Amino acid sequence: MEDFSVFDIIGPRMTGPSSSHTAGAVRLAHIARHIAGLDVAQAEFTLYGSFAETDRGHGTDKALVAGVLGMEPDDARIKDAFAVAREQGVAVSVEFSDEPPKHPNTARIVITGSGGQITEVVGESVGGGNIRISEINGLEVEFSGDYPTLIIQHNDQPGVIAEVSHVLAQLGVNIAFMRVFRHGKGEDAYMTIETDQPVTPEMLEMIKRLCDGINKLFAV
Amino acid sequence: MLLTDAFQNGESLRRYCLENDIPIYEAMIRREEKQSELPREQILAEMKKNLDVMRDSVRKGLTEKVESVSGLSGGEAMRLFKYGKHNPFSGYTACRAAASAMAVVEVNASMGRIVAAPTAGASGILAGALIESGRQRGWSDETLVEGLFTAGAIGLIFAKNATISGAGGGCQAETGVAASMTAAALVEISGGAPVQALDAAAMAMKNVMGLICDPVAGLVECPCIKRNALGAVNAMLCADMALSGVTSLIPFDEVVAAMYAVGKDIRPEYRETARGGLATTPTGKAVAQRVRRMQGE
Repeated sequence: MEDFSVFDIIGPRMTGPSSSHTAGAVRLAHIARHIAGLDVAQAEFTLYGSFAETDRGHGTDKALVAGVLGMEPDDARIKDAFAVAREQGVAVSVEFSDEPPKHPNTARIVITGSGGQITEVVGESVGGGNIRISEINGLEVEFSGDYPTLIIQHNDQPGVIAEVSHVLAQLGVNIAFMRVFRHGKGEDAYMTIETDQPVTPEMLEMIKRLCDGINKLFAV
Repeated sequence: MLLTDAFQNGESLRRYCLENDIPIYEAMIRREEKQSELPREQILAEMKKNLDVMRDSVRKGLTEKVESVSGLSGGEAMRLFKYGKHNPFSGYTACRAAASAMAVVEVNASMGRIVAAPTAGASGILAGALIESGRQRGWSDETLVEGLFTAGAIGLIFAKNATISGAGGGCQAETGVAASMTAAALVEISGGAPVQALDAAAMAMKNVMGLICDPVAGLVECPCIKRNALGAVNAMLCADMALSGVTSLIPFDEVVAAMYAVGKDIRPEYRETARGGLATTPTGKAVAQRVRRMQGE
């Protein structure tokens, strides 16, 4: 973390009590909501490790529910997140697991959309409100959410990556980090692209139109 | 010296300020401008938002009934604040700043809004000492915002050359760093030179070096809230010392290095894991068990 901003020290503005167990949890669920295409009819959370141990005292359950409803870490309604979910007709449930996780602060988030489609995201809160998404729909991935992130589900075939990076270059979007993951050769694959500039909905539309082999894409 | 090299450590910051004849906060603002590529006004406006949330969290904790989610804390800041009107031993100013610092961390524990500075667990120190000092001395918001940049510069050097997390270096890395940041800010706002601000920061850390992080039940409440009270007073005392001409025998950068070395030597039991210190006293364990039972409800 060489490139600290002054706002990493004086900040973030957040709803307490814990940057990792509350603010980080909001961010995790917020990103899961984006991965589910902002369509959340039902959300199930499973908490592991230290997330599970201090959940109630740190409001981790409320923070996750708040995030999946689209709240930011400084939203004053986080403590009433369960009531807000009821108002919005979103069914939520929280479970605690004894299973040892890879990282002490891990949550599994299963979102069911209005059409019954299921999105499963696993993420970790790694400290100071920073997070890492480690799994999407059973596939191991890795990104932090610190940068605008483009997540693309695509066919594992030659040329898809080249086309996407070409279109991003045309749009003036610089790629900071890029990773590619797949289930197996020729099967479903994901790329995560962390960029210096935000990727707008219009840009997403353009990438989808211009690039072959893309099944789904979203920006967080 | 180049701006990009100014934030290597306290000495480079002091030299950069000297060469350009500017205070620390100005160097911090310039670096942020360069790094974020945002206009100065926008950076100042962003910090003003932090000041507003800080002030609101102090006010809330001192005037409203707050209770933590666990039920372990809330209302003590208000009690100390009221008592402080009647000739407290620590003095009117210190007592009010301490109460203000506690107020912020109580609000934090009640799932209220705060500004991490540098962390949520130490969020009361800068807010409490700065806002209460400013209230008594009539500092403008502009001045207070400048103080926040001074504080940010000190915190940044700790983050870069040591650690600012309880898990990484114990409580000294959270409430100790916050007190250092605050001491430097108070010195600069009061017209002290960068070298005095760095001395104040060094002294505040020296006063609590080795302090462990032993939260009861793993929650940011006991002993965190009262350690924020201490941090605010520690910062004010060190600012007074530096402004009076008292210096730190050990220079700031060497204090940072020593704090980091000590932090790494602190056993994991005493670094936010709630496996030692106050967390494992008979009462600490009983409280932890009670909080865990709430979990199942």
